[in-house]
Amino acid sequence: MEFINEKTAIAGNKGKGIRSDCFVTLALTTEGGLQIEIQSKVAVFFGEAIHKTAVSVLEFFGIENAKLLIEDTGAIDCVLAARIEAVIKILVNTSKAYLPEIYAANNYSTTKERNRFSRLYLPGNSPSLMLNAGIHKPNAIILDLEDAVAVDKKFEARFLVRNALRAIDFYGAERMVRINQIPQGLEDLDYIVPNNVNLILVPKCEDAEQIHVLNMRINELKKQNNITNEIWLMPIIESAKGVMNAYQIALSAPNIVSMAIGLEDYTADLGCRRTNEATESFFARSVLVNACRASGIQPIDSVFSDIADMEALKENVLKSKALGFDGMGCIHPRQIKVIHEYFAPDSIEIEKAKKIVLAFDEATAQGLGVVSLGTKMIDPPVVKRAVKTIDLAINMGKLSKDWRNEA
Amino acid sequence: MKKYDKLVSNAAGRIVPTEINGVDQYPYMGIGKHKPSGRKYAPQIVSCSDYPADGNKTIPSLKDALIKSGLRDGMVISTHHHFRNGDLIAIQIFDIAKEMGIKDLVWFPSASFECQSVLVKYLEDGTIHHIEGSMNGPLGSFTSEGKMKGLGVLRSHGGRYQAVQDGEIIIDIAVIAAPTADAFGNATGDRGSAACGLLGFALADSQYANKVVVVTDNLVPFPCIPWQIQGNNVDYVVVVDKVGIPEKIVSGTTEITKSPDRLLLAEMTAQFCDEAGIIRDGFSFQAGAGGTALSIGIYFAEILRARGMKSRWARGGSNKYLVKMLEDGLLDYILDGQTFDLEGVRSMRENEGHVNTSPFTSYNYHGKGNFSSMVDVVILGATEIDVNFNGNVVTHSDGYLLHGIGGWQNCLHAKCTIIPIPLFRDRIPVIVDEVTTLCGPGDLIDVIVTERGIAINPKRTDLIEKMKNSSLPIRTIEELKAEGERICGKAAKPKLSDEIVAVVKWVDGTILDSIRKVEK
Repeated sequence: MEFINEKTAIAGNKGKGIRSDCFVTLALTTEGGLQIEIQSKVAVFFGEAIHKTAVSVLEFFGIENAKLLIEDTGAIDCVLAARIEAVIKILVNTSKAYLPEIYAANNYSTTKERNRFSRLYLPGNSPSLMLNAGIHKPNAIILDLEDAVAVDKKFEARFLVRNALRAIDFYGAERMVRINQIPQGLEDLDYIVPNNVNLILVPKCEDAEQIHVLNMRINELKKQNNITNEIWLMPIIESAKGVMNAYQIALSAPNIVSMAIGLEDYTADLGCRRTNEATESFFARSVLVNACRASGIQPIDSVFSDIADMEALKENVLKSKALGFDGMGCIHPRQIKVIHEYFAPDSIEIEKAKKIVLAFDEATAQGLGVVSLGTKMIDPPVVKRAVKTIDLAINMGKLSKDWRNEA
Repeated sequence: MKKYDKLVSNAAGRIVPTEINGVDQYPYMGIGKHKPSGRKYAPQIVSCSDYPADGNKTIPSLKDALIKSGLRDGMVISTHHHFRNGDLIAIQIFDIAKEMGIKDLVWFPSASFECQSVLVKYLEDGTIHHIEGSMNGPLGSFTSEGKMKGLGVLRSHGGRYQAVQDGEIIIDIAVIAAPTADAFGNATGDRGSAACGLLGFALADSQYANKVVVVTDNLVPFPCIPWQIQGNNVDYVVVVDKVGIPEKIVSGTTEITKSPDRLLLAEMTAQFCDEAGIIRDGFSFQAGAGGTALSIGIYFAEILRARGMKSRWARGGSNKYLVKMLEDGLLDYILDGQTFDLEGVRSMRENEGHVNTSPFTSYNYHGKGNFSSMVDVVILGATEIDVNFNGNVVTHSDGYLLHGIGGWQNCLHAKCTIIPIPLFRDRIPVIVDEVTTLCGPGDLIDVIVTERGIAINPKRTDLIEKMKNSSLPIRTIEELKAEGERICGKAAKPKLSDEIVAVVKWVDGTILDSIRKVEK
């Protein structure tokens, strides 16, 4: 199919190493009906299905005459539809949206307290990485519209992210989206708030005002679209100003469940180098942890960027945990296991928690109001924390459910 | 002569010819059902008085050797794949045949590789009539499109030995590329500048072919020690400049995977083996080629190390990972069938625990037993698995020939056969209603591990019982199929013609399935 002297729109990816995606080129014509050409490595199996989807999307937007070229590397249906919708919307002004069905198992919301040890970053315009993200069992996945998407791909990525939130099974992971910086990021909200997002990451957050602006728009969209479940926020602190305002930001809205720190931008802002020892960011990380604890939300650490070095990642996790963090970002699925393993309670913590819980059980059985372990009195918050540690250990497979009888 | 005739429905319900390339065949009758009687095929009687008393069998060129061996129209020529993609000899044989105007040869390789794709021209001009072995890449496409003059025959490594012993195929000339040999014909693969490991695939040919030619680029004074091929079976020895490219024995399928999804498959497989009680002190295993299968060895090693246990023996394809286990004391013996990389070659030369074997010891149907059924667990690949656990390893879902059978069919006889595969590849579901080509009966395939769940063959109630309380996602095969189709959509069936272009033989020589011509 050739496009000569025609106004075309393009979307998607093609070329070496691209899989599970498609590259589409569209030109609107005045006659000749829908001319659709499909070049696909799976044409034998899905040629007809691809054609059917293409016709369905074009007709949905009322397009009767067009030339559409689809260069496909095995895109699943919701990806294909996102790409075609993107090219249509480059050429046609419409408020309609071609939405894939929400997959039934994706109808879950998340709680404020849930574990957020690991959250896997997925570039918002790369479908191949989204498909299998959930099988690695991260606590959350982040569909990233910000730094991982090139400027000229921002528009099409929104359709892909929207469709992914609805139709791709992330197997129980919390569905997060990192929007663009406020105010540009406000436009992203239209695509995600009505479409099954659990949590929004707010990059380069510097003050409480940004959160207010954001929440106003979120609430507007929730109302318009009848969305009743909570949409949580996780501001990312990435500048000196953000660090100084961290506590105010943390307190600025009840739907903030955690705050994260982004050290690449932060060290650039300080004008220093990011080092492995991380002394340059010690203050910022401590401030963040304190701001979060003071406001009752989870402090989350920056990503560790050497994806090949699992030993260094482990060291990093242990340091992070020692500073008081509750989790960190991942940029590769192989990091998830290490992060879970070392953020989870270790054997010393578990043993201590077991003793406390058993002492509490005994005190309750004897009708005592005071719990003691040996000669030491145990305060209620300590018992509560021990119970949480035990629950976590059971959840992480580090302790049998039946531990009381196995001891 | 018709390419094939006398179609019947075999015990697997597949329509297969019982006459191919003019020769009568048995249809598949079920696992272990076909038991021919009588005596095995025997090679021609020779007398040592016909051979040089001083033991010098060298001859100036490969062409001279082929002429002296009586090369003529219609002969069966065998070659071997111990150099994998670094073979230099097979093409030369057919170049010579073409130059001599010879027609209608049958090529009987132990496997074919990408480097032999140029042979398509000899299939086109009639120098080669058909291939009995494996047909991949351009040779596979040529066959699948129905262009080969004769009917292709695909056999397992064990099936190749069986076919020779049954006299189903009589090798006229076997040409054995040997990294080191002496003038008497003793030959070895474990040393010399082109060292590639072992020459086990050529063993049957050396014993049964009418004429045996050894080609080497490293002629040593008698005796060549060790001798993997005995000079007493060899007619001629040819010295050439370069016999093969050993670096190319390492192919893409013999490197460990870096894909997080494949590593997850490997990890799940290892965990399955652990929970099912397969990994224990003294257990045995075999992992085929392919990045996922290789990675499983790494996880096995981790588990053994953590428990202070070791494996008694592993079947090769050997590679650097297996060698490391041997050298770290996590494994007593590698019983090696082929070397997948140069570390394997080094180890075979240096380590007494690294033993070379052959399809006779490991896979042959007409042996008094063989190793394949003694292995505790084997990890294999597949292109498709169906809801009855039947496996396809030779054709792509679109019907094109893609891989040879290799040792795959033979390995299915292990105590536990596990196939780790992604649920879909580029939107193409791997678990299907019915395999395009039946290569392995579902009764022999025990466990399918996918990234979205593990299916245990309902016949393996013992495994199902053991995994009852597992944290692994145990599903039915139907559930896995449904999940794949939910993500990808239901794939349309490729259009295949009724015309048969090749057959898949079972390990006992019977015909398991037919491969149909692909409609372009």
